[in-house]
Amino acid sequence: MAWVNAIVQGVLTGGLYALFACGLSLMFGVMKVVNLAHGDLAVVAGYVGVGVITVTNIPVLWSVVIVVPVMAVIGYFLQRTLIQSALNRGVLTTLIVTLGLSMVIENALLQFFTANSRGIGAGMTLVTGSFSLGSQVELPYLLLVIFAVAVAVLLGLQWFLSRSSYGRLVRAVADDQEAAQLSGADYRHVFGIAAALALGTVALGGMAYSMYSTLDPTAGTDTILLFAFVAVVIGGLGSLWGTLVGGIVLGIAQQIGAQINISDELLAGYLVFLLVLVLRPQGLVSRRAQS
Amino acid sequence: MTTPVKRDGEVGGGTPLLEARDLTVNHGQLRAVDAISLRVYPGEVYAMIGANGAGKSTLLRTIAGLHQPAAGAVLLDGQDLTRVRPERRARQGIALVPEGRRLFGSLSVEENLKVGTAYARKGPWTIDRVYETFTWMKDRRNQRTAQLSGGEQQTVAIGRALVANPRVLLLDELSLGLAPVIVQRIYGMLPQILATGLTVLLVEQDVSQALRVASRLQCLLEGRTTLEGTPADVTAEQVEAAYFGLTGAAAVLGEGSES
Amino acid sequence: MSVVTKAGPRPAESFLVTRSQRNVVWTGVGALIVVVVLALFPYLVYSGTTSLMVQGFIVLTLASMWNLLAGYAGLVSVGQQGFVGLGAYFVLIFALHGLSPFVALPIAAIACGVAALPLWWLVSRLRSGYFAIATWVLAATLMLFIERFNSLGGGTGLPVPGFTGMSPTLLTAYTYWIGLAVTVAALLAVYLLLRSRVGLVLTAIRDDEVAARSSGARVGLARLLVFVVAGIGCGAAGAVLAISQLQVQPSADFSVSWTAEMAFAVIIGGLGTIEGPIIGTVVYMVLQQTLASYNAWYLIILGLVAILVALFARRGLWGLVDEHLRVRLFPVGYWLRLAGDNDSSGRRG
Repeated sequence: MAWVNAIVQGVLTGGLYALFACGLSLMFGVMKVVNLAHGDLAVVAGYVGVGVITVTNIPVLWSVVIVVPVMAVIGYFLQRTLIQSALNRGVLTTLIVTLGLSMVIENALLQFFTANSRGIGAGMTLVTGSFSLGSQVELPYLLLVIFAVAVAVLLGLQWFLSRSSYGRLVRAVADDQEAAQLSGADYRHVFGIAAALALGTVALGGMAYSMYSTLDPTAGTDTILLFAFVAVVIGGLGSLWGTLVGGIVLGIAQQIGAQINISDELLAGYLVFLLVLVLRPQGLVSRRAQS
Repeated sequence: MTTPVKRDGEVGGGTPLLEARDLTVNHGQLRAVDAISLRVYPGEVYAMIGANGAGKSTLLRTIAGLHQPAAGAVLLDGQDLTRVRPERRARQGIALVPEGRRLFGSLSVEENLKVGTAYARKGPWTIDRVYETFTWMKDRRNQRTAQLSGGEQQTVAIGRALVANPRVLLLDELSLGLAPVIVQRIYGMLPQILATGLTVLLVEQDVSQALRVASRLQCLLEGRTTLEGTPADVTAEQVEAAYFGLTGAAAVLGEGSES
Repeated sequence: MSVVTKAGPRPAESFLVTRSQRNVVWTGVGALIVVVVLALFPYLVYSGTTSLMVQGFIVLTLASMWNLLAGYAGLVSVGQQGFVGLGAYFVLIFALHGLSPFVALPIAAIACGVAALPLWWLVSRLRSGYFAIATWVLAATLMLFIERFNSLGGGTGLPVPGFTGMSPTLLTAYTYWIGLAVTVAALLAVYLLLRSRVGLVLTAIRDDEVAARSSGARVGLARLLVFVVAGIGCGAAGAVLAISQLQVQPSADFSVSWTAEMAFAVIIGGLGTIEGPIIGTVVYMVLQQTLASYNAWYLIILGLVAILVALFARRGLWGLVDEHLRVRLFPVGYWLRLAGDNDSSGRRG
């Protein structure tokens, strides 16, 4: 029965991973950018959250409401300035600039906050409490809420992209940037919106992670970026709901790996990723083969 | 053609709606467009003809703002747009239907048209009017454009440009990759489009088609003007000589009718 | 009224294509002198200096490999630390079986090259950005996999056997010399590779990938070759690391900071040139030494400088020199001279 619990935990953590991944997938889908600082920005969000709570003493969930929009705005400006300049100079430059950004952020956090890890909401029942289903299965409140939030976010993104006029512009720019310009759309602004969404969602993920686990300066790359990427690939490039599927598969793989051998948790996840890369490189959800 | 024909330099024509002055555009080290000038007056159809690689599409794209010229200017109704970004030119009334259609493949027909309305000016063209003009479209409006035939895609691309209610419609190589009968049908729509007050600047490799619809034309070869005039004035031999860059006897023979 | 203008073709000009021959001799002699002088260092300087030099050799080897990958093959890898660790651990494995670590080094490097083949097969289908992260995941996977083996030291690492009985001076000297040898071999390999036919394909990719593909160049094969060579080079650097540290440590040997160091050395020095990594490594080492007491600051500054250079001085420090002096120490390009031009006005290809 411990296995059933492992699978359940795995499914639920998939929600957290989907929050990490959907922003990465969106940025790549719209502007063909892989932001290597993606995870680090989530960690920044977490630290900002910690800071806000320490300074203002507001309830944890209110800090989320403040941090996420702030990070979204930061995302818009980061895109319009740094990332757009890099994009104008090519793919290689973009990767180098975002790599540089990642290193700067991580080391700045290390310098100012030390390597000690931080978390929030340690005393809250939301964070520590859980349902019991039978004698072996625990459903932590926090993971349930994160999963629900992830589904809500994905639904919101889907609605935005398919129904709203701005979402239509985002899809149009993703299809053909030049043709969108010819129809009067400033693609740099549309890119900014996509980046704002990406950073907003990953900030949400970062806040969630700081409650679920603890934050340290290297979590951005070691955990968040790599897990986000693995979830995207397993689920399928270009598929929004694929990020949830990929996240769930990753979560399950990790939990099963932990059941076999406690130190094999991460390795199991990566091995499943390699397996998918070999057997079905287009991902589990994608309809057509990608090259 | 029943539209009034303006000749360059003729007084009384007023300001041209669209003007290119000594436009020079480089592709790296290649001079794609070499000091080209043209003036398009309201309500007329101006055609640029020439072989592949003559520089016609580059010229059109430069007018639309996708390329920056090395020298020269682009003016809309007397206003210098040379340094203006393409999306702002589109909002001011220059609509380019690009070579190869360039529809948004993952969007449906109607969604493509809706994108066209996003920054549209006020005017007679609406999505419904496009459906009335191209009758097949309404039934297929939820179909993804990647699944349409070439001719259907071309009309959707035109529709997308029309719903923005532009002042000048730039058509780039409509006939490319399409069967002649389809091309005829599309060009047959031109009068309806012009009737709503539009002006058209088109680029064509198919000379006979261009001669049939244009009120004035210009021929390009290797980026330079080789012929200018109206369809009535130019002979087939002159066009051939200008199109292919023939010299000597053929060119001399062509100097037949001067008016 | 119609106007007919004649537009004829431009007259054909005659061209001449040559390689720079004069440079090679001077650079070769110069390089030889430098290498000989460097080889004498253990006799001339303190061990503190030679240890620093060994660090520099490791970074320079890594940088020239990363430059090969990113600057010529268009492959941005954020996972080369995987090969660094692999090289270190191969040395450990061979040493545990009785082989001298110095003898094990070349074998370890080759082993890394062999390992690069299946790894390439795994990630080669991914496009640029995703390729980058995939290499990172591979490196992390390698580390996690190796950590499972307690015989190899598990998560904490193991001292490398085979050094007992050596006098410290001799050990320092041998370590230094093998570090120098690896670096010279790496630079030589890169130079020869770029001068070869593969190199022509690579330069074509560097300049315009689409054009390169459409002209029939074997882009995929060239990239595979580069990936394997980079695997060997980084593996060799990792082996030098193990020898200079006298131990292996998974978290240090597989750390992503190796990628940061090699990437930034290349960017600052100049991507896509052979001279660039050399300059970049020097700048990197100087920065590291002067800012060493400020902990994470030198990495912050390095990151910021790399961003600025990537955006505003694309060709790095060497690019600035190159533009103004038109010098190539390691000439691999071809010169296009118009018939009748004198030497200095040819157009570089």
